[in-house]
Amino acid sequence: MIKVLKPVVFLLCLVPFFLLVWGALTANLGANPVEAITHTTGDWILRFLLITLAITPLRLLTGWKWPIRFRRMTGLFAFFYSILHFTIYCLSIQALNFKEIGIDIAKRPYITVGFLSFVLMIPLAITSTKKWIGRMGFKRWQLLHRLIYITAIGGILHYLWLVKLDITKPVRYGIVLAVLLLFRVWTTVRPRLLPKGG
Amino acid sequence: MLIKRATDIPSSEITSEYVYRNRRDFIKAATATLGAAAVGSMLPATASAAGKYDTDEKQTPLSNVTTYNNYYEFGTDKGEPAVNAVGFRFRPWTIAVSGLVKKPATYALDDLLKGITMEDRIYRMRCVERWSMVIPWHGFPLATLINKLEPLPSAKFIKIQTLLAPDRMPEQRRPTLHWPYTEGLRMDEAMNELTLLAIGVYGKEGPAQNGAPIRLITPWKYGFKGVKAIAKIEFTDKMPVSAWMEAAPNEYGFYASVNPTVDHPRWSQAQETRLTGGLFDQIRPIKTQMFNGYTQYVEKMYSGLDLRKNF
Repeated sequence: MIKVLKPVVFLLCLVPFFLLVWGALTANLGANPVEAITHTTGDWILRFLLITLAITPLRLLTGWKWPIRFRRMTGLFAFFYSILHFTIYCLSIQALNFKEIGIDIAKRPYITVGFLSFVLMIPLAITSTKKWIGRMGFKRWQLLHRLIYITAIGGILHYLWLVKLDITKPVRYGIVLAVLLLFRVWTTVRPRLLPKGG
Repeated sequence: MLIKRATDIPSSEITSEYVYRNRRDFIKAATATLGAAAVGSMLPATASAAGKYDTDEKQTPLSNVTTYNNYYEFGTDKGEPAVNAVGFRFRPWTIAVSGLVKKPATYALDDLLKGITMEDRIYRMRCVERWSMVIPWHGFPLATLINKLEPLPSAKFIKIQTLLAPDRMPEQRRPTLHWPYTEGLRMDEAMNELTLLAIGVYGKEGPAQNGAPIRLITPWKYGFKGVKAIAKIEFTDKMPVSAWMEAAPNEYGFYASVNPTVDHPRWSQAQETRLTGGLFDQIRPIKTQMFNGYTQYVEKMYSGLDLRKNF
């Protein structure tokens, strides 16, 4: 069943990408296509990060084991959309001027934090295979992959610091992330509290 | 200073694209008025000889000008005003004129516009968010109206405000900005030959999302100076505090002149994305020009002013 579902989910994850390509080819991305691509890929990075982070809580709450089989894929899609997001920034906002890109990353906090979040995803993408889990040992692998918390927090800060005034959307993502992270705090702390309580 | 011109696009092609895109409007206008003279008056400026202030750069298509708007009264997303401003009625309309002026009163807009000849000006518009358009505005110099109203010599600034009507402008029910939207100009800026009051785009009135029935245009300043749906004008001797100055004083100043060497605190202003229509001809940014390319008309007003401090 999972074997059948995997390619379906894979294609579903590519739908936003295909819509962008289609929109670009048919001139249907609105007045500012560069901005549309930047914002759409940015949104999907955050969505895929949050989906990825929701999988463990979902397993603990429902006892389902199957969602975890999709976690590598959703994590890698967050990385995929990050590559698109960073590429369009380099190309369309900085005209591939690498000196300017460097200055921009160093000088502007929202770019700095966005770039760091992106860079932190690279080791996670590289070590996302079963082979790497074996090579590193699960404990160490898991520790490394907790970097995703920092990436997600950084991604939301990046969005929050970018908007001019109306922070509704980044705050919405932030609340979801806070719930997912607090759930982890709760499940870590609770077993220690339980003996005391009962 | 020479205005940079796009050499690869013949102006004839620009006109034909416009006529092509708006062919239905032309036919509608023609059949509605049933007069050759009336049809002639509907022709855009591009069809006649380019005016002194016009740029011949590729124009932003009408469909993009009217669907990508920073007009927070109708939503903070740039796609929202085109949706939320549908049905916004801008007649009858009044403008309250007050302060240091000989004829303070509340005027019917149509009375104010009586005897004023509309013209079309093709200006660059540079938004503080790093994108720009080329828009043919339909309107008249603000100086024409100011001369009609006869401000007192003690008037040093003009304060201009958008309509305050939370029942008609949905975002005014939220405290996004301090409503009503307020902007201001020094009197010499207000009287500058470039400063317009626009009643529409592409040769005709409206639409609402572009600031109808009447909005300000100062092409050498960032777009947010262009206060829309003007309902109040006050002549004063104190520098007005604009809505954006109030919201973020470290980011938005009174002058707001386009300046590639003074960055917004959060992003560079050295480049911009020129919104010409398609993705592939605007994928690379262009260099932003000092005063948005209007230096020759405005720099004399700012001699001795530190533009770094007075951003």
